[in-house]
Amino acid sequence: MRILKLNKSDLFTFLGAISKQTELWAPLKKDVKYVFERVSDISKIELQTTRTIIPPKKIMVPPSFNMFHFNASDYQEDFSHITKKILFGIHPCDIHGLLILDKLFTQEYPDPYYLEARKNTLILGLSCWPDEHCFCQSTRTNIVEEGYDLFFTDLQGYFLVWIGSSQGDDLVRMIPGIFDECLLDKDIQAYIRWQSEKEKAFKTEIDFITMPDLMELKYRAPFWNKAGDACLACGSCSMVCPTCNCYNVSDKLFLGNRPGERSRFWDSCTLPEYSQVGSGENFREHKSDRLKLWYTHKLQAYVSKFGKPSCVGCGRCIATCPVNINVKTIAKALEGEDVEAFWQRMNQEVAP
Amino acid sequence: MNAANKPIDQTNPFRPEPARIVRTYYLTDDVKFFQVRLVDMEKALSFKYKAGQFAMVSVLGTGEAPFCLSSTPSRPGLLEFCIRKIGSVTNALFQLKENALIGLRGPYGNGFPVDDMRGKDVIIVVGGLGVAPLRSVLLYCLDNRDQFGKISVLHGAKKPSEMIFRDEYFSLKERGDLDCHLAVDKDDTGAWQENIGVVTTLFPHLKNVDAENTFSLVCGPPVMYKFVIKELLKLNIPKNQILMTLERRMKCGVGKCGHCAIDYIYTCLDGPVFTYWDVLHMRELI
Repeated sequence: MRILKLNKSDLFTFLGAISKQTELWAPLKKDVKYVFERVSDISKIELQTTRTIIPPKKIMVPPSFNMFHFNASDYQEDFSHITKKILFGIHPCDIHGLLILDKLFTQEYPDPYYLEARKNTLILGLSCWPDEHCFCQSTRTNIVEEGYDLFFTDLQGYFLVWIGSSQGDDLVRMIPGIFDECLLDKDIQAYIRWQSEKEKAFKTEIDFITMPDLMELKYRAPFWNKAGDACLACGSCSMVCPTCNCYNVSDKLFLGNRPGERSRFWDSCTLPEYSQVGSGENFREHKSDRLKLWYTHKLQAYVSKFGKPSCVGCGRCIATCPVNINVKTIAKALEGEDVEAFWQRMNQEVAP
Repeated sequence: MNAANKPIDQTNPFRPEPARIVRTYYLTDDVKFFQVRLVDMEKALSFKYKAGQFAMVSVLGTGEAPFCLSSTPSRPGLLEFCIRKIGSVTNALFQLKENALIGLRGPYGNGFPVDDMRGKDVIIVVGGLGVAPLRSVLLYCLDNRDQFGKISVLHGAKKPSEMIFRDEYFSLKERGDLDCHLAVDKDDTGAWQENIGVVTTLFPHLKNVDAENTFSLVCGPPVMYKFVIKELLKLNIPKNQILMTLERRMKCGVGKCGHCAIDYIYTCLDGPVFTYWDVLHMRELI
């Protein structure tokens, strides 16, 4: 792999140059949180962010988009929501999130909408520093080896720039002279130091190795009912999860000659009607049944198919769930900890 | 994915192919029969599927829903569905007249393991609308009669007027090469000449069952399974030779939308046909 150096002061010059022709998306500040947005003012890009509210999956599969235009006799594909984009500032966990979505959306029947958006998006990763909710070390998604075109490791004053693809290589050649090919021993030492300090900075740890077995062994454990009772069935966990891929489809008609639309929009298995069939039968009536499905998929099912959990340790469910149902508390409950104190955030913070 | 049964549109698995309703009529008060043909003749003839597979049917402007194919792959060209009026898509379908255009994509799902069933005896247990997928496999077996052993059919319905494909079954009874028994829970007409009682009361008609060499196929309302399976187990039919086809909400049919997920599988890819062992082995199946 080609690894270069870039002075911190040259980053915005570089991003400015490569975004002349192509939309640049990056983390921007929104109130006290961060969001991936299209950048109009490069100086507004946030480099020291933790997680964004919604992961970058929203760029590959927008929350709602049109799949087909239809008239009386035909369905025409609609890819108009897809534009060429450069995505800067994606952390390792979110790169892994996209790698997991790659598997889900391409297995057996490749999803042309996802693939087209993926093909049109360049991924410029950025290193980060864990906060109290991050646990990517536990999911082994703290390091990326693939899934990016460029990756920037922030080493105080300069970046190590890892080139992960041919398109990434084209980008660094757009402005000659600002990238330094000469990696010194002290740079390598600085990188190793940074890496080992980061390893020590994690405050949340989850043992994912035991999770598939515990999901099986504790499938009927009473704590699921408690979690189910506390769950608001709001679907927020799915919206913010980098690997939640479920969606719903609905047809829209318009007055006049405008063709109809078949739109596809995010769905969540925690919502009440998720498993309801035409006859009215609901296969997962109770919230605990739906939570079990959510966690079966994160902690167990993906492991049996692809050998690792479909959780990337981004901490978004921890930061988001209003009642503290998240990978951390469910894992603790599975491990046998007393759950009484877990699902109380709603009482303590939101509605004291 | 079954290599022989490629979806119609291989670049976009979500794109419905225009199809025409060739024939439609009521089978019961709320169940209608639909005979459908893909508009593109070449695609109509090359549409290959297995008994037990399903298709996604679109009604323009209303939406899309999964329906099992009731026709047999041994009679290519026309596709048949047997549909109960129950939700928005089926309500819209019921209003369509012959020659109306719909959208169709598929075939999806695993289908019945007809290759494993060849040379074996077959017991088909039908309850109500469960006839829809089982008709496909029954007609397939009958069209290839010499490839299968004894074929027995136990068909139950609430009352005579609700027995779907009643006339078809009456004429099947006339054939000498299968054992067909019909039952209704209640006869409100007084004219019913067949058995009266739930479908399990037909089991004594099954004689000399060679359990190890028998596949049993079951489909019906959820309440039926428990009782039918009990009878089949009494006959010593191996758990992995008791097959059933299940219903789930589906939005894509191709393992993407997530709605039909059970444990680590998708009903649309790994089902809808499961064995009784699968049911015991996997949570939430029934």
